[in-house]
Amino acid sequence: MHSSSDASSDSATTCPHLVALEQAFGPLESSMFRSQQRVVVPAADSFAALALLKDRGFDLLVDVSCVDYLEYRGAKHRYGLVYLLASTHSPDRLTVRVFADDPEPTVASVVPLWEAANWLEREVWDLFGIRFTGHPDLRRLVMPEAFTAHPLRKDYPLQGRGERHNFPVITRDHS
Amino acid sequence: MALTQPMASSGAPQLELPENVVVSRLDELANWCRKNSLWPMPFATACCGIELMATGAAKHDLARFGAEVFRFSPRQCDLMIVAGRVVMKMLPVLQRIWQQMHEPKWCISMGACASTGGVFDTYAVVQGIDRFIPVDMYVPGCPPRPEQLIQAIIDLQDKIQREGTITGREFNTRQRQDRKRALVESPLPLTLDASRNPNIQRQLSGSVTTGRP
Repeated sequence: MHSSSDASSDSATTCPHLVALEQAFGPLESSMFRSQQRVVVPAADSFAALALLKDRGFDLLVDVSCVDYLEYRGAKHRYGLVYLLASTHSPDRLTVRVFADDPEPTVASVVPLWEAANWLEREVWDLFGIRFTGHPDLRRLVMPEAFTAHPLRKDYPLQGRGERHNFPVITRDHS
Repeated sequence: MALTQPMASSGAPQLELPENVVVSRLDELANWCRKNSLWPMPFATACCGIELMATGAAKHDLARFGAEVFRFSPRQCDLMIVAGRVVMKMLPVLQRIWQQMHEPKWCISMGACASTGGVFDTYAVVQGIDRFIPVDMYVPGCPPRPEQLIQAIIDLQDKIQREGTITGREFNTRQRQDRKRALVESPLPLTLDASRNPNIQRQLSGSVTTGRP
């Protein structure tokens, strides 16, 4: 994933979207695996790069996800955002990676580009704690509002820190 | 009704009754009525809900046992069947539904997830609803077959017949008010994964002959 290669291993032509990105933002890490093209974009340019890709025909944001590389050997950044882009009128698909770091990981929100990002980024904020600047309504999506931790981080234990037991008990005399 | 030979050896009056008269206690009559008309409140959150629906369907007919209508309003039910895992976001809803049900009411915890959390020992799943709700009957299984749920309802009917009172006095007994055993913290470590449990790490590093797996 971190190896940079401009030419894919199988076909002779590189992805034209990749070429356009590199013309705008300089050399970028990219890789291709079984026809899945990935490219790494610096966090400062993420909004501009995604806007460029949207103008080039990626009108469907499939998913926004995140990976926590806390316990990963050789990781340079802690959080790796994954933007899965697709096009409804051409067979193009692209995976864009944006890396962020502790403390206060912050990335520009792509809600102005794709409305679907509204809930997808809320989920990433809820579970990983990555703040999206420019998001119209950044609050928790799947966990309760009163929850304080970001549970999918690697330093959060699977069984939780007791939040699941912290509720009032109703016995028979409460009816 | 004619009264003949009032004094028997035990001192109780002997009654000679016509064939169409039954003498019973009010509690027993009330129990019989209540147990044979348990109206379930299906609190189905997950896969056990499908088996609950199957139990109510034609092949394993729950209506035979009096559970004719699955009322989805807690005001009209007396048996809450919690079918499926309950997450912490859903638990206040569960408690509110329980409190909205009228007395006498009973609760069946259907499936492994409602009883203990099941396979989902995670930060979001409540490890057994009996930590927060009084439960009368547990049905193990993942999911339990309809026959198992029917057996639980039959057992609950037996429990109602045995312990019920017309005024609901049995719900005031000390034994019913005590918290369930699941609410007491177990002295065993919650997880046996040594890398995440400092107790086991301390034991393993301290002595190799403790014998704890």
